Amino acid sequence: MSLSATTAPPSPAPPPPDTAPRRRGSLLNRLDIKYSPYLYIAPFFLIFGVFQLYPMTRTFWMSLHDWDMIGEHTFIGFDNYTALISDEYFWNALVNTFGIFALSTIPQLLLALFLANLLNRTMLRAKTFFRMAIFVPNVVSVAAVAIVFGMLFQRDFGLFNWLLSTVGVDPIDWRNQTWSSWTAIATMVNWRWTGYNTLILLAGMQAIPKDLYEAAAIDGASQWRQFWRITLPMLRPTFLFVVILSTIGGMQLFTEPLLFANGSVIGGNQREFQTLAMYMFEKGIYNLSTAGYGAAVAWAIFMIIILVSLVNFLLVRRSAK
Amino acid sequence: MNLTTRRTRLAAGALAAITAVGGLAACSSDDSPAEGEKPAKLVVDTFGEFGYDDLVKEYEQQTGIKVELRKTAQLGDYRPKLVRYLATGKGAADVTALEEGILNEFKANPGNWVDLTPLVADHSKEYLPWKWELGKATDGNKLIGLPTDVGSLAVCYRKDLFQAAGLPTERDEVAALWPDWNGYHQAGQKYKQATGKAFVDSITAVSNGVLFQQGSDLFYDKENNVIADSSPAVRTAWDTATSMVDISAKATTWSPEWFGGFKQGTFATTFCPSWMLGIVQENSGEENKGKWDVATVPGGGGNWGGSWLAVPEQSKYPAEAAKLAEFLTNATSQVAAFKKSGPLPTNLEALKNEDFLTYTNEYFSNAPTGKIFGEVVEKIQPVHLGPKHQAVKENAYEPAMRAFEGGQATKEKAWEQFTKDAVTQGAF
Repeated sequence: MSLSATTAPPSPAPPPPDTAPRRRGSLLNRLDIKYSPYLYIAPFFLIFGVFQLYPMTRTFWMSLHDWDMIGEHTFIGFDNYTALISDEYFWNALVNTFGIFALSTIPQLLLALFLANLLNRTMLRAKTFFRMAIFVPNVVSVAAVAIVFGMLFQRDFGLFNWLLSTVGVDPIDWRNQTWSSWTAIATMVNWRWTGYNTLILLAGMQAIPKDLYEAAAIDGASQWRQFWRITLPMLRPTFLFVVILSTIGGMQLFTEPLLFANGSVIGGNQREFQTLAMYMFEKGIYNLSTAGYGAAVAWAIFMIIILVSLVNFLLVRRSAK
Repeated sequence: MNLTTRRTRLAAGALAAITAVGGLAACSSDDSPAEGEKPAKLVVDTFGEFGYDDLVKEYEQQTGIKVELRKTAQLGDYRPKLVRYLATGKGAADVTALEEGILNEFKANPGNWVDLTPLVADHSKEYLPWKWELGKATDGNKLIGLPTDVGSLAVCYRKDLFQAAGLPTERDEVAALWPDWNGYHQAGQKYKQATGKAFVDSITAVSNGVLFQQGSDLFYDKENNVIADSSPAVRTAWDTATSMVDISAKATTWSPEWFGGFKQGTFATTFCPSWMLGIVQENSGEENKGKWDVATVPGGGGNWGGSWLAVPEQSKYPAEAAKLAEFLTNATSQVAAFKKSGPLPTNLEALKNEDFLTYTNEYFSNAPTGKIFGEVVEKIQPVHLGPKHQAVKENAYEPAMRAFEGGQATKEKAWEQFTKDAVTQGAF
């Protein structure tokens, strides 16, 4: 099921009131004016219906059943949801997801802000080159990233452990502890998404009128002060956009932890880094006979994303006042 | 055949990540056949390498029926495809391979499969009896699968590393080191003392060996109740395996550490079903050719993997499909498949075949693998695996054991974790 929060575009303005038809045979014309706008927006709704609305409602329908993927389906009402609330591994996955989310989003956005500010300097040489270069990680396939980082974070022959050994630190079994596995996964996410966020923030910075800076400079404001007093406040809408995107991405984190666990759906010997999406996969797809429960997990993820987005929205509205 | 390989899992993960629902179903032709008409084409679905290429051509010539062989490289990609075919009632091949680990969960819904009993001759006496029995539906009446191959089990060991540690290197002497698991442990400790290095790749590998050689119920009893916490066979395997933590390289099978370990010599022995030889060879590389050898497994028997051929209910030509499955699993075909790609025969006649028994493997110091594995095959104890055996083993038993191995949990805590998770994973 798709979890992106898609909102319908505003409904089209009503067609202008029908003034007396100038000609007969204008029926076609009238139909055109009245209905063609609906036709123009139909593709979106068709695609939304087929690929988003239908899977979502179907998933919800599944979540009300004891659903065997290749066997029988029994209606059980909200039993899956009540079971979910007392499911210790569901909460574990939730904590893991938020933990990795915090570890990946906060440093990532700070770094992106820093880099965007650097790239925004007028005296920087080879600007285009740097802007392109910083985006490259995002083009790399997520599976490739996860596999390569999985090797770097190996216990026996991994690069990071080798680097640590040169300064006398014992090798770390990255997959065996909560903090180390979260760090490793967050590193993959950061590597892949920092450049992307940098570019968006950079675009936001460039939309800030230059005369604000000039005026501030004439008044004797330092670079640092300009950044705090002009750049940051003016950047808020862009920042919110970046935060919401990261939230959705973070809640759906799946490929990196799955491949980091060498494909094991439980994410670590003691589920140290099993995310919500992995738990949904374990219940809904890996285990054929609990597809209904998996669907309930999917809906729970959906609700959590709505909740988090709502909190974001409220926070921003408050700070905007 | 091969169980989940690492690349399988990576690919499965990658696939899952882009889970585009549907759209890929390869549909067989939609026109329904007239009564008794000969099919124009039959489709066979296999994973890994079954060695059927030449056999299929032979069948085409014999019968004039075109056979399309659809190979999926890895079981991890194969299972979701099969699930989709069955869930949507469309797209399944006429002859479908089912692996030991996934057989049980697909058998749990026998309605998806054709009963082969009336369609093929009575072969019940021609195969390893337990293997034949496992091909039947849980109630025992319906014959779902015809046996293809079996994993069997042996120990792959590094001669050069054994020599450096002052251990014998000839395969008979090596086998004599470990008539039982105690002997294996002692040899390992000797090796560790001499070299300071680990002897076996992981304790879960040891457990795999012990689990399947006892011939009694594992995670389920015969009525399919989860008995993980009280099963003596599981407890024995658990105790044997966890006692060997001192000689383990702690390299989880299919993990990067494990793959890297073959070249680096991190461990001197590993447990090899017949199909594993190719994986050991590939990961050890040309430079280690002739350094590996194969000896019998402690305790004498054991098994890991193996498959059946089944006909899905949605096949339009069940009778013809059953005949093709019958052909692919007969004695001659099984020997031909073994020589081509290595799956070990389960047909009793094939197991006595001269070509099979005299086969030697060049990479493994010319070990007579046909003979070694063939002897083990006859000692394999039939084991009843419940419907969620694979899930209990992969997601409850082995993670708990690894948590102990990696020092995350004490032996007691790990056992607690296993028995608790076994209940959830084993429910069906």
